[in-house]
Amino acid sequence: MATAADISTKPKETEGSGCVPAVAVENLHKTFGTNTVLNGINLRVNQGDTLAVLGRSGTGKSVLLRLIIGLIPPDSGSIHIQGKNIAELSVDELGKAREKVGFLFQHAALYDSLTVAENVAFPLKHHRRKMPKSERNDRVQRLLTEVGMEDSLNKMPSNISGGMQKRVGLARALALAPEILLLDEPTAGLDPISSREIDDLILKLQSERHTASVVVTHDLFSAKTISNRLALLNQGNVIIEGTFEELQKSDDQFIRDFLQHP
Amino acid sequence: MVDSAWQLMSGFFEWFGNLGIFFWKVLRAAVTPPYEWRELIRQLDEIGAKSFPLVALAGAAIGVVVSLEARYTLSRFGAKSLFPSTLVYSVIEVMGPIVTGLVVSGRIGAGIGAELASMKVTEQIDAIEASAINPYRLLAATRILACIVMLPLLTVAADACALLTGWIAQAAIEPLSFHQFVESGFHGATFNAFVPPTFKTAVYGLIIGLIACFQGMRTTGGAAGVGRSATNSVVLASLFLILADVVLVKFILVVFP
Repeated sequence: MATAADISTKPKETEGSGCVPAVAVENLHKTFGTNTVLNGINLRVNQGDTLAVLGRSGTGKSVLLRLIIGLIPPDSGSIHIQGKNIAELSVDELGKAREKVGFLFQHAALYDSLTVAENVAFPLKHHRRKMPKSERNDRVQRLLTEVGMEDSLNKMPSNISGGMQKRVGLARALALAPEILLLDEPTAGLDPISSREIDDLILKLQSERHTASVVVTHDLFSAKTISNRLALLNQGNVIIEGTFEELQKSDDQFIRDFLQHP
Repeated sequence: MVDSAWQLMSGFFEWFGNLGIFFWKVLRAAVTPPYEWRELIRQLDEIGAKSFPLVALAGAAIGVVVSLEARYTLSRFGAKSLFPSTLVYSVIEVMGPIVTGLVVSGRIGAGIGAELASMKVTEQIDAIEASAINPYRLLAATRILACIVMLPLLTVAADACALLTGWIAQAAIEPLSFHQFVESGFHGATFNAFVPPTFKTAVYGLIIGLIACFQGMRTTGGAAGVGRSATNSVVLASLFLILADVVLVKFILVVFP
């Protein structure tokens, strides 16, 4: 069984060496006021791997994703994306690093003044400015077909269900063909069928695009299905990391309780 | 008592400090490519063209009020012949700019504050940032620049409406041809008399855009926070606009005597 302590090796700086993890988090601390949310956690995700981050509500899972993408700064510790320490990057360099990361927000965070198609086209319009409109429209169509939303191109986000918003959010996250995916509760609030469809989609992306993913979830079935490793957060620390089977073998009462009542 | 005074003071300086940092981020984003031309044009339309009817109406109302008041006051001193120039100067130098600023502050300040606040609490601004798009460039710089560009143009429109309705109000009481009104009103007019007061509204635009974007993009607290940001945007922008006018009037009198 691998634990957080076993994986705290500093990532090598050479990009493309094959040893550089897609995402590496080292000794990360984050406190809000007097509430310590993350207390020195270490995580490492290699290209093609999917790490599911589990834990009770309010244990800092979503905060971890926001720290990785650089939306909030850590109090201490470091975050490496493909070997680059994001704290040391300039604004432009951070932008380049973020282009390689697709982020699905917990509530999808679609732009409510834009249609479904415009939402997906939004990153393309800003980062692929020279892309012909026809090619952009084709890609949007393809992405929305991939998530099963091809019939809702011209609908506004307020006119589609939460599950559909999640799908559109996922299509938007995939628009720039990211090498890393950060998914915040991709199946939360969805019916079982939609949840499994999202899981299948993530698995398909893993196999077709070889993306590295960090998935924050409460859905244990989903975590087991889509990830090859799971990390359980409690009181600001990763208390265990490994495969689902390894977690099941744990004698720790909290882990056993969590797996029985996620 | 001392504690609360200290908290108030530190909150005041913290707000200004954060506003300064925000302005610096917007400025840096605005001058570095890629430039968001499409969004800028959309904002010029939103802030300029769509504010025109309101500004024109406010200008027209002010024109009538100033005309009636000026006629009454000048009559008391036997100086009715000064009516056209009094109307022209008071509208263009004083009333037009400040009324345009306050009307735009109400419409645009609240609009920008509420829009960005809503985007902030629903994580849309985070989504923009996560998509490697600079929200300071896309959302703030375009809106602030549009405010700076459109305020002087809207002021000219408000001035024109005010002068037209002012003349109509006067002509309805006592015959006065438009030609005579314009010739007499603008007699001896100089660059310094009209251009600086009109272009000072670009500073009003900066104040309205900056404060509304700042308040909107730092919103917390859901729907209540959105309401608070919209209100604060209007109140603070209007307050700072009036305070800035004090400085700008003195500045114009010194630099453009």
